[in-house]
Formats: sequence, structure tokens, C-alpha cells
Amino acid sequence: MKITQISVFLENRKGRLYDVCSLLGKNSINIRALTIAETESFGVLRIVVDKSDLAIDALRKNGFVANLTDVVAIEVGDRPGGLAEVLKIFADNDVNVEYMYGFVEKFSDNALLVFRFEDVEKAQKILTEKGIKIVTRKEIEGL
Amino acid sequence: MQTPFWNKEIETAERAVLQKIQLERLRETILWALKTPFYQKQLREARISSPDNIRSLSDLRKIPFTTKDDLRLNFPKGLLAVDMKDVVRIHSSSGTTGIPTVIYYSKEDIDNWSDLMARCIFATGATRADIFQNMMTYGMFTGGLGLHYGAERVGMAVIPIGGGNTKRQIKTMKDFCTTILHVTPSYLLHIHSKLDEAEVKREELVLKKAFIGAEPHSEDFRKKIEHIWHIDAYNSYGLSELNGPGVAFECAYKKDMHLWEDAYIVEIINPETGQPVKDGQPGEVVLTNLIRRATPMIRYRTRDLAFLHPEPCPCGRTHRRLSRILGRTDDMLIINGINVFPSQIEEVVMRIPEVATNYVIQVEKKGALDHLTVKVEIYPKLFLGEPAQLDRLKARITDELHSAIILHPSVELHEPNSLPVSEGKAKRVIDLRPKE
Repeated sequence: MKITQISVFLENRKGRLYDVCSLLGKNSINIRALTIAETESFGVLRIVVDKSDLAIDALRKNGFVANLTDVVAIEVGDRPGGLAEVLKIFADNDVNVEYMYGFVEKFSDNALLVFRFEDVEKAQKILTEKGIKIVTRKEIEGL
Repeated sequence: MQTPFWNKEIETAERAVLQKIQLERLRETILWALKTPFYQKQLREARISSPDNIRSLSDLRKIPFTTKDDLRLNFPKGLLAVDMKDVVRIHSSSGTTGIPTVIYYSKEDIDNWSDLMARCIFATGATRADIFQNMMTYGMFTGGLGLHYGAERVGMAVIPIGGGNTKRQIKTMKDFCTTILHVTPSYLLHIHSKLDEAEVKREELVLKKAFIGAEPHSEDFRKKIEHIWHIDAYNSYGLSELNGPGVAFECAYKKDMHLWEDAYIVEIINPETGQPVKDGQPGEVVLTNLIRRATPMIRYRTRDLAFLHPEPCPCGRTHRRLSRILGRTDDMLIINGINVFPSQIEEVVMRIPEVATNYVIQVEKKGALDHLTVKVEIYPKLFLGEPAQLDRLKARITDELHSAIILHPSVELHEPNSLPVSEGKAKRVIDLRPKE
């Protein structure tokens, strides 16, 4: 069960991150998870939002360079070693994680994490086999 | 690709015939030039007191060059050869660099200029059935009115919209089924990026051709325009000191610009020595206007660098072709002792598909050394969402620039439409080094 992440190219200019967030706010789009990959001269903002189709339209219409990426959101026990357990499954089964980051909210006692895998299909198969809960698009929209 | 001729006899005349016309008209030009205070002095220096002193075309080389500074120093009337009551038009540079320059036109001058422009337009295959939207600035700048008169002479429907207001430009193209644009290349790219915003699709437009000019640009830039718009784009060359547009223009073969040699004598010189370069070699373009009465212009140093194609063009026109402008004698940058032309940088930037429409070249001092930064905009459709992709892109641009200009520039990636775009001539070079 893949969900959609939006990547936005941000040039190194004051207020650019604010511009993105205020545009999303104006369109009543809620950010669920967020991270910034930065280099010395530019950044790429990665977000998961409740209404991704609306968000990408609004961003592109307003001149932002944005693209969609498939990611997987999973629930991880919110306790010491919770993340390590999941990562061990990936390591044992040769599933490569490109990057990951956390959600702002959660909807149970578990923590919510976004994963970008090298091979999404394989990762999903392993997760399902091991009984790890994958969060659906509907659940993200309803958060 | 054979297109009709506007004036077949002249356009396909034997070289010997053209040279005979040139000599006759040069003599007439001398006669008019002798009526102006500036050329009286110049011609006296060359011991020329009457047209009879010009026996062959090579005698032209006895006359000193005319420079932009000469025009400034003799502002406003030092080069005026007719009575003011015979002047019907005045074009002047804005004078942002100091004293303005001015060119006067008699009725006959405007008529001759319009006829040259009609020749240019016809050579591209355009006809009176075309709808012509003139996006070039009107007013004191010659680009707008020059093509306007030429297009009317051909009989096209002319939309004199002028520059700027992109949404209205797009709507007008749609409403009136515009088939030909006259526009700067950078603005033409800019308009394309605004189609979505104007809620007009390319398929709703019937655009076929664009005459692009007023800005030097590379072959790759032209190809990019033709590719994204699905049109033919024709390069044009001119400068107000020599009438304006219409000095040289591309024919349907689009292999550089026929320079109308019955109306202009062209020389290509070494800008440092003033001596002619070998045939086909690049150098500074020097032009003599053979058909203007109100402001004669003899051996004007354009400061544009280009070369002439010695071989004939398959279109049948015998007038030699001028290459696209390779640079300006005064826009060459010297960066840490290395000569760099902005056109070299543009060539690299434009052949990289992930780069969009605009770029800026910035030079500054960092300690004792000059530092070059090239800022480019990324092309949204090719952004995959990963910073690693952008890092690779940056490295690639840096490498390609390094092989083209030897220097190692910093490359900055920017969002589309974030670099300053002027809706006229693009200002692409920012030199922040302190002036000596």
C-alpha cells in the first residue's frame, strides 16, 4: 500500500519554505509528515499531505518545481528498540532504505514513519509477510 | 524550400553587378556625407573632397572608422545631411550609458528600409496571408517600427502589440490566429512557460514562424525555441545606426543571414588592428550604409563579432551570409586573465535538457581572484524529486562549462522564472568587480 510523497525543489532564498507552507495552508492542505534534504545551495522539501492531488496542482500552478514519489508509511512500536526491530527485518531480507522520516502525528500508540525504499514492491511484500502494519492512503487522508 | 523573391533581380544579381551597384552608391553616399560637419572632417583626413576620389571599392579603406563615441560626440546634429524639414523620423538610443545617439530618416530612407525589410520577410517564406504579431518594443527603439513597416509592405495583417503583458500576448495570439511573431528569443521562451497560466494550449494557436532578434543567441537556443514551440525561428540582424533590423536576415534554409550588399558594404576586421581578416574568419563587423540620405554612415564599427560565409546559399541569393553574432568586442569578459564570451556559456547551458529558459552569469572578486558563478533555472518536468539528481546535474554543468571556457565556475540551481527576466533584452551578465 503505497502513499504519495511530494518533493519540492527549494532554491536557497529567504522565505521559500514559508511560501510553500502558506500556499498549502491557503488551500486547506494539512502536512502529515515533513523533512528537508539540504545541500549547500538548495534544498528538497519532502512532505506527505492529506490531499496530495490538490497539493501538487496548487504547487505547480504557483510555479514550484514539484514531483511525486511513492513511499510507504508504517507503524512502529513507540518504545526503545521499536524502530530497530523493523530495520532488522529490512537488513535480514536485503531491503534497502534510501531515506526515512517521522510523521507529525500518530493514530495509535505506535509511531508513524515514512520510508523510501529502493524496491518498493519487495519492501511491501516483506512487510506484509512479517505482519507490520502499512498505513493506507485513506488513513493518511483521515488523520 | 524555394521561396519567392521580393526583388529577384537584385537578390540574385551576379557579384560583379552587386559590386558595381556598391561603387555607384558609395560615391553618392560620399556626396551626402560631405554635407555633414562630422564627415567633412573625416573625409578631409582621408583627402577625399568629392565622390571622384573614390575610384574603386578598396578606396573605402582610406576613410577612418566611425564609432559609437563619434555619434555621441556629434549629438544631436553632427551627422545630419538633410534639412530638418525633410526628416520624417527620428530614432534615438535611450542614452542610459551617457549621451544618447540619434539617427534621422527622410521619407525615402524609410521607404528603402521598409523595402529591405519586406525582402527579409519574403525570404523566410512568409506571405501577405500571414498574421503578424509584433512583440518588439515600439518607440525610439528601431526593432518595433522596422518590422512593422516591412510587414505592412508585404501586406500581412500587422498586430502592433509591442512588448510585455504576457497574458495579453497569448490571448491575442489565440484571438487573431497569429501565424508569425517578432520577438526577442528570451521573451519567446518566457511566453511558453506562461501558456498554462493563461489557460491556453499550444494546440489552440496556429503559430508557424518567429522572427527572433535584438539579442545575440546561440544555435542551440534557437533549436530549443523551435522544439518547444514547434515553429521555425529565423535569426535577424540590424542596429539602429544602420537603420535598424533588416541589415541581414535568414532565408528558409536558416543557415545564417543574407546581408543585403546592394544596401550595405560589410567589412570584417581585426578589432585590435583595424585590418581586414581573412575570408571566413571571425572579426568585428564594420558596415557602410549605401542607401540612407538623412544620416550617412560610413565604416561604422558595430562592435559585433561575426564572420561571413564565402560560399553561396542554395536559395539562390547571391548576397553573402553573416554568421550569428559570436559576441561583442565590449562584452567579452576577462576572468582571471581568460577571455570568456557569454555566448560560450549560453551554448553549454542551452544544450542541457534539465535546464530551463533563463540564466545569469555573475562575476565578482573573491580576494585577489575573480570568481564566476553561473545561475541556471531547472526545467520542472525533468525534476525527479531527488537531491542526488540535482547534485549530478550541477556537476555535469560545471564539467561542461570547464571544458568550454577553461575556468571552474560555481553553478547555482534556481527555480523556474526566479532569475530576473526582462520583457525586452535580457540582462544576463552581472559584473560585480570593482572598476579600476
